[in-house]
Amino acid sequence: MTAPLLRVDRLSKRFGGFVALDDVNLDVAEGERLGLIGPNGSGKSTLVNCICGTLHNEAGTVTFAGEGINGMGAHERTRRGLARSFQLPRPFTSMSVADNIRVPLLYTVNARRGAKHLSHGELQDRCMELLTLVSLGDKAAKDPRDLTQVEMRKLELARAMATEPKLLIADEAMAGLSHSEVEDIVALLINLNGRGITIIMIEHIMRAVMSFSQRLVVLVSGKKIADGMPETVIENPEVVGAYLGT
Amino acid sequence: MRTPIFILVQAVIGLALYGLFIFYGNDYWFYAGYTVLQFVVLATAWNILGGYCGYVNFGSAGFFAIGAYSTVFLYTVGQQIDDVVPESLQGVMHLIFPLSLPTMIVIGGICAGLVGLGTGYLTLRLRGVFFAIATLALAVVLETLVVNWEFVGGSRGAYVIPPSKIPIFGAYIHFLFALMIVLAIVALACARLIERSRLGYGFATIRDDELAAEACGVPTLRLKLTATVLSGALMGMAGAPFPYYIGYVEPSSAFNLSYAVNSIAMPMIGGTTSWVGPLIGAILLGTLQQLATVTISSVANLLIVGLLLIGFVIVAPNGIVGLWQDWFGKKSVKSRRSET
Repeated sequence: MTAPLLRVDRLSKRFGGFVALDDVNLDVAEGERLGLIGPNGSGKSTLVNCICGTLHNEAGTVTFAGEGINGMGAHERTRRGLARSFQLPRPFTSMSVADNIRVPLLYTVNARRGAKHLSHGELQDRCMELLTLVSLGDKAAKDPRDLTQVEMRKLELARAMATEPKLLIADEAMAGLSHSEVEDIVALLINLNGRGITIIMIEHIMRAVMSFSQRLVVLVSGKKIADGMPETVIENPEVVGAYLGT
Repeated sequence: MRTPIFILVQAVIGLALYGLFIFYGNDYWFYAGYTVLQFVVLATAWNILGGYCGYVNFGSAGFFAIGAYSTVFLYTVGQQIDDVVPESLQGVMHLIFPLSLPTMIVIGGICAGLVGLGTGYLTLRLRGVFFAIATLALAVVLETLVVNWEFVGGSRGAYVIPPSKIPIFGAYIHFLFALMIVLAIVALACARLIERSRLGYGFATIRDDELAAEACGVPTLRLKLTATVLSGALMGMAGAPFPYYIGYVEPSSAFNLSYAVNSIAMPMIGGTTSWVGPLIGAILLGTLQQLATVTISSVANLLIVGLLLIGFVIVAPNGIVGLWQDWFGKKSVKSRRSET
């Protein structure tokens, strides 16, 4: 059996007296599409933040591509192939849409490549290629503040993609979007997965989760309560209880 | 315009300015010009951390004074080698000292850069008003140290006597003015180079959103330290010739509030997103202050700065450069970047 791409082992995180994550274990295989769900305050974003290095966990280990990444800064994890998009889009507002893509290319891809870094022309082409992938090719010169909500979400995903990740964590990339926009983003994520990128999708929109996920993990009050095939997990009485409050 | 050409153009402008002052001006022009150029360096240095990275530094006077007092220290050592240096080292020290002013400027820059590095490590986890207060506190701490350091004059101050004449330049103020032209060129070239490089993108991401920057692979802490070192070093270099300019340095003159206020006001009025902004702000405010000094009183200087700052914050929060871009529909620096 091959080693998982991401292994979270007995991860715990507290905020003062509040236990946000309690002994969480999670394995994600290479190429997998994993859905991570849970009610508000269940610890999903905290888990993402601990995996990505935004927060430091007090206990447990995170192993990525066979390497322990505990204590590593967020940018170092990104350079190792761990990318994320944010729940609320966080574009660089002093730059154009294209420059938002250029930043990860400069700081992640070029840092990885060393002397063989992307030339100016290659950077330009790569920016346009990524923007076209998310249907923002015609918005390259725009101010990101002029984008619509769904376009901002797409920009977030394109920027994460620009880091050439092995694993992409999409944190509520569909919050506040319309039905067709949700379908757009799900199709985009499945397309990215088809390119060999492992994806963890954190979402509340169940139809999106169900159509996207090959496996589903449920967090409640910082504990993992279910892990398995989506169809089985959503019928799990503990999961139903957590969502319906019974 | 490529950087070597940019430096060449600046050097030609500097030479022209020097020539103009020589042929049409008098020594006062050199004194006034020196002060304006000193503010060009200070404002440009402040803008590297404050404008590009969004970290507002209220401690510019502290970094400026480090440069000034490193010169006072080196000057005093040179004057008192036989008293303060062990006998075995006196021979070597007599060979090294007195140091030339350009050497002292480099040393002043290194000292201020190192303090910038230390300040960065201690304070860069702070943001916004907390970082600003920490830098203000740094200046207060440094001033207290200097006040209690007898070797550099303590609260009494110290005299640094410049030679009355110097080869090639003639009057010493001409030499100081020429040195400040060189420093201004170095500072502006440095700022422009940053702006158009990978480092410039990194700084801008720090100003916009540090969390997103880290997620894009930007090593934010390292870049912030780079900015504090560069900014501090340039401020220190601006302060290093100050004792030779003024002749008598005391803590209240080297740590004067006006350096901190002007360093912030000049880029804010000129515009913080481009190297041109601090240059315009420094020339405008520096010249106005010089005019006010000779026509009204130097007391009016800070009043002018304060009123202009309030006016610009209300009318043109992006400074003169922002106003220009709005009026003439010029593209922003950032969108130009993607075309270069």
